[in-house]
Amino acid sequence: MTDLTKLTAVEIAGLVAGGETSAVEVTRAHLDRIAAVEGRVHAFLHVDTEGALAAARAVDERRAAGEELGPLAGVPVAVKDVLTTKGVPTTVGSKILEGWRPPYDATIVQRLRAAGTVMLGKTNMDEFAMGSSTEYSAYGPSHNPWDLDRIPGGSGGGSAAAIAAYEAPLAIGSDTGGSIRQPGAVTGTVGAKPTYGGTSRYGLVAFSSSLDTPGPCARTVLDAALLHAAIGGHDPRDSTSIPQPMPDVVAAARLGATGDLTGVKLGIVSEFVGEGAEPGVMAAFHESVDALTKLGAEIVEVSCPHFKYALPAYYLIAPSECSSNLARYDGVRFGLRVGDDGNRSLEEVMSLTREAGFGPEVKRRIMLGTYALSSGYYDAYYGQAQKVRTLITRDFTAAFEQVDALISPTTPFVAFPIGARTADPYQMYLADLFTIPTNLYGGPGISVPCGLSEGLPVGLQVMAPTMADDRMYRVAAALESAVGTFTPPAL
Amino acid sequence: MTTTLPAYDDVVARYEPVIGLETHVELGTNTKMFCGCPTDFGGEPNTRVCPVCLGLPGSLPVANKAAIEATIRIGLALNCSIAPWSRFARKNYFYPDMPKDFQISQYDEPLCFEGYLDVEVNGELVRIGIERVHLEEDTGKSLHVGGATGRIHGATESLVDYNRAGIPLVEIVTKPVPGIGALAPEVARAYVTELRDVLRSLGVSDVRMEEGSLRCDVNTSLNLPGAEWGTRTETKNVNSLRSVERAVRSEMLRQASVLDAGGRIVQETRHFQEDTGGTRPGRSKETATDYRYFPEPDLVPLAPEAAWVAELKAALPELPRLHRRRLQEQWGLSDADMQSVLNAGAVELIEATVAAGATPAAARKWWLGELSRRANETGVELADIGATPHQVAELQGLVDAGKLNDKLARTVLEGVVAGEGSPTQIMANRGLEVVSDTGALTAAVDEAIAANPGVAEKVRSGKVAAAGALVGAVMKTTRGQADAKTVRELILERLGAQG
Repeated sequence: MTDLTKLTAVEIAGLVAGGETSAVEVTRAHLDRIAAVEGRVHAFLHVDTEGALAAARAVDERRAAGEELGPLAGVPVAVKDVLTTKGVPTTVGSKILEGWRPPYDATIVQRLRAAGTVMLGKTNMDEFAMGSSTEYSAYGPSHNPWDLDRIPGGSGGGSAAAIAAYEAPLAIGSDTGGSIRQPGAVTGTVGAKPTYGGTSRYGLVAFSSSLDTPGPCARTVLDAALLHAAIGGHDPRDSTSIPQPMPDVVAAARLGATGDLTGVKLGIVSEFVGEGAEPGVMAAFHESVDALTKLGAEIVEVSCPHFKYALPAYYLIAPSECSSNLARYDGVRFGLRVGDDGNRSLEEVMSLTREAGFGPEVKRRIMLGTYALSSGYYDAYYGQAQKVRTLITRDFTAAFEQVDALISPTTPFVAFPIGARTADPYQMYLADLFTIPTNLYGGPGISVPCGLSEGLPVGLQVMAPTMADDRMYRVAAALESAVGTFTPPAL
Repeated sequence: MTTTLPAYDDVVARYEPVIGLETHVELGTNTKMFCGCPTDFGGEPNTRVCPVCLGLPGSLPVANKAAIEATIRIGLALNCSIAPWSRFARKNYFYPDMPKDFQISQYDEPLCFEGYLDVEVNGELVRIGIERVHLEEDTGKSLHVGGATGRIHGATESLVDYNRAGIPLVEIVTKPVPGIGALAPEVARAYVTELRDVLRSLGVSDVRMEEGSLRCDVNTSLNLPGAEWGTRTETKNVNSLRSVERAVRSEMLRQASVLDAGGRIVQETRHFQEDTGGTRPGRSKETATDYRYFPEPDLVPLAPEAAWVAELKAALPELPRLHRRRLQEQWGLSDADMQSVLNAGAVELIEATVAAGATPAAARKWWLGELSRRANETGVELADIGATPHQVAELQGLVDAGKLNDKLARTVLEGVVAGEGSPTQIMANRGLEVVSDTGALTAAVDEAIAANPGVAEKVRSGKVAAAGALVGAVMKTTRGQADAKTVRELILERLGAQG
């Protein structure tokens, strides 16, 4: 019998649509897999067994009634715990929201339901999506299926680990500085950050509003494209959502899978191939460049001189916005409340609640952001960072006048051992060195597995102009057709 | 500390006041500023709320176009420039009645800026500069239970109602107004009055100060002649037009007494006390906040198209001051007469009464006379007295038709105010119509003559003035329901005397 958990989303949807299996069977298979491996992987914060089976039964009933099913109907999906799910706990990896059950679904969750996907549960993440390893989750880290002593990346390490461990074929992540792509890279899976505004943020618990972008995680480029198409497109509830129709990413992935990149011009970001990345990562990257050349792509080197300022600019903008976005966790209306003994003042209760509810990295960024926005420092920090953002956008615009898409390693290093980088925040921040410029610019980026370094996966990043998400899917699918997919050792 | 306040005349002889006003107007849009919740006043606490106006994690604001349009119209009516590009900003501070612990407001990029409003004080035109007009969201309302003062200190419980949270609020900020001397309190009041009338004429708000849909903060400072402007205080909780005037005046007196004693004015927020007419200190400096404004990343910039703005400008109604001038001419009133109409708050009422068919003079007579008197007696606004312009016009129509005399008309009006129905109905129900049936009237006259033979004899002999006593007697038997002139003519006729 086929192991349903080893199939792609496309294959599962085909079997369900053809009546060769049922959505309930598919769901049970994945729930069984979760039960078998979760103790070692810890990808989920909440598994919604009953909700998943009910959703699966609904798909089977619709099929039995002869209704036409969408391309992902009956496919299980894991949702990062950053998206609100009606009646289902949403913690954002934080103690401060422990036990909170939102009264509403995020737009993306609504669309997932409408597409007939089956939500298995909510995945682990660094608290409020701040981190690159899930070690800052208030509920303990997730483990990389390639090596359980190593991190699965972050902040969306739970989603990536769930996919890599065959607990789900699809997952939703959110990418503020690399939180979809870097976990994808270190777990040997595909993670795409759509154009900012191409996927709705309504119901995405905010970390940094001008950077947060929800997107798809999958084991193949085509699966990611299908999920992207299902969740993307204009949402009137999100003012920053783009009203224009999004490009056909599924068609682009199918075109790329033919393995022909003739006429496609790719730029290697010269600033990203010097020092900074591990030799094994660079070796895999260069082999992939050769593979892309063989597929017909023309490859040139492109300089983006301001990218070196991206990391510091990011660490002013994101904390500034987070310091404001996270103010509402004050114990008044929802979530944790500490110290309300009837004698303490409002300010004391707010302070004690935030002291107890937030972890060290969240506190660090709230402090940074509060400082950067303070009167007298605003121009020097937040204002200056916004100027850098403009310069980085110009670098991208100039680069895309020369090439169709840019490529780089996704992250400078392979999955590191749990605990290796928590002592020095800067060492952790470096994980997002290559992914952050895209967030500051607002364009799309995808990480696709491109090889192994000492037995651990390496990802290649493709960056495209805003609203040209199709281009990155084409290139990523072409590379995938050349290098194949990567399977972790059996758990 | 008890200090005897100096005399006002003395204060304005020695100091020059500078005032400034910040006015908050709740817009009368159907839905809130950033979500679809209804905005009507009242309602069970926390029933007009959703994830957005409760600031639940993940929720996002979407700007209300009707509110943006109303703000632009206000800006245009106040002669402002409309920014071709402006942004919302977050004003960050922790307070439980603010669901997100920040308020979406505007900071250095307001929608409207650099305008003015002309107001008339004692027949003189004073131009009040408008610094900015911007759009923001209202907060919820806190209720502190168990304390003696209703304030948070000493309360055993605090409740918050978020029905008001997210209602669109327009803030209108004047430039500092110097050079008005002793008139400062009156100028402040005239400005808020004029602003209220402008907002009402635009139909953007119900501008009810007592319900809080129009709220005013008054800035006041004093300086010695020729010296730099003094330190200002901001007085909040000013909830009526009269209070605006009193707040400026009392703050001028308080500051003068501090300065006279060699003291220093502290820049602070003070609260107006309706009962004493004075102010007391509010939020202290220790909790003064750095609001850490930054552009609201969840909202795209506002870029109203020039053509749309031009369209809104062309469709603005006549401004109240010009409208009043036109009415004054139409009604043929002197400045003093017009002023008393204004003071009574009767402009719109008279205008509507005239539109319903009464002459301007008659309309003015009723509204400024009987109805104003009753409004004063019962302490209600003239507009809320219970009589409509339509009813007043109808009443006057009955007088003009000879069906009511002046005295009867007043009685009918009492009925109208008491809610007994239309003047015609009341006249019929209460049997108040003038007795015009000559047969009945002649009988009453004959009865009066028979009962007063001496008086009748005097009239017959030519002492026509004596007829007054007979008229009185007839009016008495007809319970005032006869026309005195007709009665007199009838008496003279019956007695063969010449009027």
